[in-house]
Amino acid sequence: MTTLTMAKALNEGMRKAMEDDPKVLVMGEDVGKLGGVFRVTDGLQKDFGEQRVIDTPLAESGIIGTAIGLALRGYRPVCEIQFDGFVFPAADQIITQLAKMPMRSLGKLRLPVVVRIPCGGGIGAVEHHSESPEAYFTHTAGLRVVTCSNPADAYAMIQQAIRCDDPVVFFEPKRRYWDKAEVDTSGSADWLPLDRARVVRSGADATLLAYGPMVKTCLEVAAAAQEDGRSLEVVDLRSLNPLDLPAVVESVRRTGRCVVVHEAPVFSGYGAELAARVTEECFYHLEAPVLRVGGPSTPYPPSRLEDHYLPDLDRVLDAVDRAFAF
Amino acid sequence: MTADASRGAQAPPELVQLLTPEGERVEHPDYAIDLTPEEIRGLYRDLVLVRRIDLEAVALQRQGELGLWASLLGQEAAQIGSGRALTDADMAFPTYREHGVAWCRGVDPVNLLGLFRGVNHGGWDPAEHNFHLYTIVIGSQTLHAVGYAMGMQRDGAVGEDGAASIVYFGDGATSQGDVNEAFIWASVFNAPVVFFCQNNQWAISEPLEKQTRIPLYRRASGFGFPGVRVDGNDVLACLAVTRKALADARSGQGPVLIEAYTYRMGAHTTSDDPTRYRVADELEAWKLKDPIERVKAYLVRNRLADQAFFEGVDAEADALGKDVRRRCLEMPDPGPMEMFEHVYAESHGLVEAERAEFSAYLAGFETEGVEG
Ligand SMILES: Cc1ncc(C[n+]2csc(CCOP(=O)(O)OP(=O)(O)O)c2C)c(N)n1
Ligand SMILES: [Mg+2]
Repeated sequence: MTTLTMAKALNEGMRKAMEDDPKVLVMGEDVGKLGGVFRVTDGLQKDFGEQRVIDTPLAESGIIGTAIGLALRGYRPVCEIQFDGFVFPAADQIITQLAKMPMRSLGKLRLPVVVRIPCGGGIGAVEHHSESPEAYFTHTAGLRVVTCSNPADAYAMIQQAIRCDDPVVFFEPKRRYWDKAEVDTSGSADWLPLDRARVVRSGADATLLAYGPMVKTCLEVAAAAQEDGRSLEVVDLRSLNPLDLPAVVESVRRTGRCVVVHEAPVFSGYGAELAARVTEECFYHLEAPVLRVGGPSTPYPPSRLEDHYLPDLDRVLDAVDRAFAF
Repeated sequence: MTADASRGAQAPPELVQLLTPEGERVEHPDYAIDLTPEEIRGLYRDLVLVRRIDLEAVALQRQGELGLWASLLGQEAAQIGSGRALTDADMAFPTYREHGVAWCRGVDPVNLLGLFRGVNHGGWDPAEHNFHLYTIVIGSQTLHAVGYAMGMQRDGAVGEDGAASIVYFGDGATSQGDVNEAFIWASVFNAPVVFFCQNNQWAISEPLEKQTRIPLYRRASGFGFPGVRVDGNDVLACLAVTRKALADARSGQGPVLIEAYTYRMGAHTTSDDPTRYRVADELEAWKLKDPIERVKAYLVRNRLADQAFFEGVDAEADALGKDVRRRCLEMPDPGPMEMFEHVYAESHGLVEAERAEFSAYLAGFETEGVEG
């Protein structure tokens, strides 16, 4: 066991993947000497060289497009998109090529490309640096979409994503990069499969469904609710596509209430899918409608307002209250 | 796997320079400039004042008053030279670093701070000064400038007394698809646009050779329009070259690419640590080419300004710095309900509903507060 920040855990995970498989490459803007703007690739170029850790020209479409070509030639590129708001120039390559080419080839071509995206708000950044674009990608068939919420998962999931033969969009909650926790770096025996959700706190009265940055928030909510005598279960979805529906259904059928929490706007957000699935699968077990907490239908605000935009303890508790009052 | 330099080799790049780093006036056959001493003193004043605004902003960031700042240190001449070549009718499209151009356009410097303080995403009316909002997504604005120029064309604003648009971007930006598409559009439609690339040698930690094998200004010829490299630390040359490019564009001769060869003397932004990727010697070498020192040397050598003038400008700069600081601190935080403003031009049911919901939610706290 070692204590690692999430950023360092990702770094160690990539390092391990590069040691294990010489075909693993890291590419992106400023990933070399600088080690990325969040230092997630720190030291990798020094240790693996410029052939394997590539500072690319400043063009996201180019990063993903050439990663596809490298994958066609047998490499396993791990691409870094510097910030969530800058993935859109690459959206064409991700959506029209990366997601579809394997199926078009009748499975002859596999594209083991990982697209790492620091995501979410809460760091006081200027615009385009706090977005939560996961729903655009979960809506695109052919992509796996995952997100880690803690250092131990970060360490394991990045390696699993790199080993996966499908393209994986890997969201990293940037405001949790500096959170520390114990990480077991000794082996993969205890790892949960990449496509499985985890109950991170058990409870009996309501289920909070969260992922990425909001898992920590929901754990705080559950602790606060405990004081009011309410027992909340928190499920960290980890994988958004595919969704571990059995785990979600099992929890909600037990608790009878469900609140979905994410930073992205509620309208047409990932929570809409969750609410629909839970309603379909748990209808007779529900004491209240599935409620969603997320951003409003407005562009991410200037940072001095982000505390109002982002779901926090009070807003989630408010939804929990409503679920109980129903 | 490094590029074979002999492949595609051409003559060494030419650099338009009118004022040497030592402050000597030199002539260039294509770019004559005739400025009065007063005009040159005016340029000097601009350079000093925008450097001062920039320094103050860096300090404000260090003290937690701004979330971030992108310093223009070292790029003052490129921005003032090009900015002073614009007429009121021209339209400028900046990146996030064009504080000097903003100054030339008459934008209140305090308004630049809003975005970096996190109280707004822009904070000025682009039409008021024909200075568009800052654009953070690299390269996007190049296409906007071309489209705007196409509009000018269709308005009949090209020709005698015509107008043009100018777009600023960095060396790193030249790799983006958008920028290359902008070159194509401008070329095919002969749009009245000047592409002003400040090659400050770095895109965050990536040096120029990560973006290009040829001098950037030579890219233009492949797209079918002229390109020119100018000493970006020479305010006179930047002014002369941009004036000519704008005059050509305004009169209907189409686009020009200007590569202002300069240096980012500071960090990429206040979040950046350049010691991780570049050597201090490089900065020392560029300090000798400082854009302000050479104008001062020229003015002194030719007895075009006396001590009192320089002291006066310094005093003005200090007063400006203080004023910017004071007004930055006075900038009010937006209220939470402002989140819901300005998203749509016409009424939008969902936003209205969410606005009402959020307002009721906030009101709940107030009642609680009273009761508690
Ligand atoms: C599409 C996009 N990708 C990445 C970034 C992150 N980023 C901000 S500035 C920058 C480097 C820009 O370099 P350059 O174009 O040379 O301009 P400079 O900052 O040197 O003025 C990068 C990669 C961004 N803002 N937009
Ligand atoms: Mg640059």
